[in-house]
Amino acid sequence: MKRKTLFVTAAVALVVAFVVGTLVYQSQKADSAQALARQAYLARDYAPTAGPAEAKVHIVEFLDPACETCRSFYPFVKRMIAANPGRVRVSVRYAPFHRNSDYVVKVLEATRKQGKYWESLEALLATQAAWAPNHSPDPDLVWRQLEGLGMDLERVRGDMNAPDIARNLAQDIADAKALNVSKTPEFFVNGKPMPSFGYEQLTALVNDALVAAYR
Amino acid sequence: MLANTNGRRAATPRPYAEDVAWNLVFVCWLVATASTLAALFFSEVMSLPPCVLCWYQRIFIFPLVLLLPAGLFPFDPKVVRYALPLALVGWSIALVHVLITVGLIPEGITPCTQGVPCARNQIEWFGFLSIPLLSLAAFSVISALLLLTHYKVAK
Repeated sequence: MKRKTLFVTAAVALVVAFVVGTLVYQSQKADSAQALARQAYLARDYAPTAGPAEAKVHIVEFLDPACETCRSFYPFVKRMIAANPGRVRVSVRYAPFHRNSDYVVKVLEATRKQGKYWESLEALLATQAAWAPNHSPDPDLVWRQLEGLGMDLERVRGDMNAPDIARNLAQDIADAKALNVSKTPEFFVNGKPMPSFGYEQLTALVNDALVAAYR
Repeated sequence: MLANTNGRRAATPRPYAEDVAWNLVFVCWLVATASTLAALFFSEVMSLPPCVLCWYQRIFIFPLVLLLPAGLFPFDPKVVRYALPLALVGWSIALVHVLITVGLIPEGITPCTQGVPCARNQIEWFGFLSIPLLSLAAFSVISALLLLTHYKVAK
């Protein structure tokens, strides 16, 4: 029974080490000094941003247009901005982890030149299943979803190969790597990531930032 | 016939040898469990995605966490026969993975061209300690101790 005691003690010690490690890691992640260090990678002027520039709560979302969870988070984030008018803004950065997603990102970025970015993003997210069957975007099917938004699609086809779009996308991918973004969507609220993934965690992060900025 | 049986009985491990063997298997379990928790920490807490080869190594380390205790309570010297094949296959995969990360094997011939590249080290402690190297070390210790157990028991 000495053996059993030894075994149980070891098992408990290992599990405790795991739990403590998790807590320490998560509290470090939420550390404000680290949040400051992250800002260098998060603040990029070129990123499409919704909401007023003077809003003090800044959500940076790393998004893949072909990512299903990004699609389900989109209306949720939109509601949070609407619920706090003038206080929350969101910037979209790209982490195109799915194959061919970079093509879709370039199309989206090209629609900005005709002022139809958010309309295009919403149209593509809404019809995601149609153009990205089994999570693999089909470039040909993407274009069909953008008809009817009043854009010159031929111009979009030309603009999507602009060097600045490729440069910004490369920067996004490099920043995502530096910030350890390995899955989408990833959110940073004033530099702080979610301690764990979920709607409640994002809400809590935004509420904390609101309280800190507008108390 | 009777003499033979008695002879076998006499050859069963003495309490001391059995004690040593038990401790060896117990240490194997400690290493396997620590490795499993570390693997889960990397993927679930630190959000580092496991590459294909990592998954294969996981397949061979995770079962040991449950398999080894079954051989510890009560102590069954045959546990080596069940656990060692897992450890050896895991060890081979870990070796291939380490050789890929140091560039001795080109990644093109391995099945991980999509998703997370196996050749990229996501962690490097003290400048050399990568996750595949940790895995190779764990499988090496487990395999070596299980072999040692086998010889302790056979003696």
